[in-house]
Amino acid sequence: MSQDESSTGLPVLQNTPVRAAPGPENPVEPTPPVPRRNFLLRVGIGLSALAGAVASVPIVGYLLSPLRNAGKRDWVRVGALSEFPIGETRLTTFANPSYEAWDGPTAMVPCYVRRMANDRFQVFAVNCAHLGCPVRWFPESGLFMCPCHGGVYYDDGSRASGPPPRGLFEYHWQIRRDELWVRGGALPTLATPA
Amino acid sequence: MARWLSKVGKVGAWLDARLQVWGMIRDTMAHPVPRDTASWFYVFGSATFVIMVLQFVTGILLALVYVPSAADAWQSLQVLNHQIAFGWFLRAVHGWGSNFMVALLLIHMAQVFLFGAFKYPRELTWMIGVGLLLLTLGMAFTGQIMRFDADAYWGLGIGASVSARVPFVGSWLVGLLLGGPIIAGQTLSRFFTFHVFVVPGLLIGAALVHVLLVVKVGINDWPMPGRLVNRKTYLARYKRLLHEDGVQFVPDAFQRDLVFSALIILAVLVCAAVFGPFGPSGRPDPRMIDIAPKPDVFFLWLYAALALLPAELETALILIVPVVAIAVLLLLPFISGTGEKSWKRRPFAVLVVVLLASGFIALTWLGLQPPWSPSMTAWSGTPLPPRLLKERTPLELQGALVFQNKQCRNCHALGGTGGDRGPPLDNVAVHLTRDQLIRQVLQGSGEMPAYGDHLHPAEVAALVSYLETLHPPYQPAARVSAASSGSSP
Repeated sequence: MSQDESSTGLPVLQNTPVRAAPGPENPVEPTPPVPRRNFLLRVGIGLSALAGAVASVPIVGYLLSPLRNAGKRDWVRVGALSEFPIGETRLTTFANPSYEAWDGPTAMVPCYVRRMANDRFQVFAVNCAHLGCPVRWFPESGLFMCPCHGGVYYDDGSRASGPPPRGLFEYHWQIRRDELWVRGGALPTLATPA
Repeated sequence: MARWLSKVGKVGAWLDARLQVWGMIRDTMAHPVPRDTASWFYVFGSATFVIMVLQFVTGILLALVYVPSAADAWQSLQVLNHQIAFGWFLRAVHGWGSNFMVALLLIHMAQVFLFGAFKYPRELTWMIGVGLLLLTLGMAFTGQIMRFDADAYWGLGIGASVSARVPFVGSWLVGLLLGGPIIAGQTLSRFFTFHVFVVPGLLIGAALVHVLLVVKVGINDWPMPGRLVNRKTYLARYKRLLHEDGVQFVPDAFQRDLVFSALIILAVLVCAAVFGPFGPSGRPDPRMIDIAPKPDVFFLWLYAALALLPAELETALILIVPVVAIAVLLLLPFISGTGEKSWKRRPFAVLVVVLLASGFIALTWLGLQPPWSPSMTAWSGTPLPPRLLKERTPLELQGALVFQNKQCRNCHALGGTGGDRGPPLDNVAVHLTRDQLIRQVLQGSGEMPAYGDHLHPAEVAALVSYLETLHPPYQPAARVSAASSGSSP
């Protein structure tokens, strides 16, 4: 290998050709009849494609796994009926039916429970129908107001003003043995209204 | 000393005999660039690159302590801020570095756009640059989620709500974005993966190709008005320019890059030391809903736009405008790939930059003080100035109480304080008669809710009596004209 000194002092390598150029000492090899030479290459490409296809099945399945339970809802207890006085709207929380140990406080889901009569309820998601910000309840004026873009809803959840395209999302509810249960499990959005 | 140097030289030679990169580095350093481009206008790209490296370094350092778990991330940020030596400072450098990187990238982009650098033969350099913009914004957005606080939690809710508006596949997109049915542990894990592995990997690859193209194709020559780009003649002319009026990249052009990058790094460090780290704000606890979530500064314009768009066009605009904008950016070199480069002869290009920049600044400004949001505590916490209460009857004073108690103040300012969602009411009596006031309160209109179901008739009477007193002393309250009062039953 030959070296020469560059102007900056460090030795510099000159490129040494990996394969000698064809010439009198290195006559060009006659090309063999086509297929045999490339046989392994073709096998290799085929096997790699197969391996890639097989490997992609678990990868894609793994990546899409969040969709498997996307539509799944479950009944979950919100509280005893006595916690919700008739004629009032109360902020409360329930534990999301599916959760992991490392969810921390994010496993809890807030909601507003409005009790109109002994056995008549409305359970609203706190998420504004516009972009999901948490709406606040003002009992004095009977309005829910959103802090993000100014959406306002009436006490029955219907849209009063602002950018929301619809009223508040409502959870299905049930009374089981003097307890209020709701069907929860997914973040309410326009695509997945609770 | 000389012996020490020769030893270093020997080690260098040994390494280079195997790596064979020194020749390439030397050629790159010495490659000729047009003399005009050794300019302070050409320093923004390199500074963006340097800040990117700073972000990699500080990001890796933060990852030594940060815990990407929904239950513990917030606490680990507190430990970084308060317990680890210089933890707060590294968080601050990473946060400010992010802002500087986006800002520099936007300035760089505006410069290369105005200098016509996207034209032939630098189309691919520009297109990869557009990719770098998207990746950098992706880093900024996912980085905001890493600061797993209340803003991050509800910001994810906004992201999910936007995704949900995509027709047909909206619910799938929400599931893939959140990694599950709700914002929880899996959500943070996947944003961590994107912020730390996926996006930085793509970013560094794209940035290196971008720089390689600048070296291979050559830096954009200084645009001269009237010197048009022609696919047939450009390369030969550029070559001639390098030959006749070229300088070495190092040191002629590089020295400015070096000075500017060093100044920018110093600026980041000063900002970090003076202003400190960003947050975290409150815990990411969905049960604490008394917050007004806001995005970081470079997404405030979007937050403002989402409040101001007409509701019926919103979904279409949210979904279509970004796609069109990215397509236009990518196709720009093919729409306008030749011809005039100088901004002095491209008034439309200048207009576009001015409009985009002023729109960005105006929307960001609005986003900082959002006038469209009710002021949530104005009804309970904002006092009325005495002049708005003096010499009122008991009924009128009771009306002032109704005004506060029914949260009217959250949207309507009085005496300069209160919400900006609705008009200020200091002079409302000049514009509306008693009947009109009653109608407005009971039925609402347009952007105002109807209060009919939540006000007792006596409260309405008191409220309207008070509103009727709201006019300047020199201007009487509005009255029904004789003609119309005569004709109405």
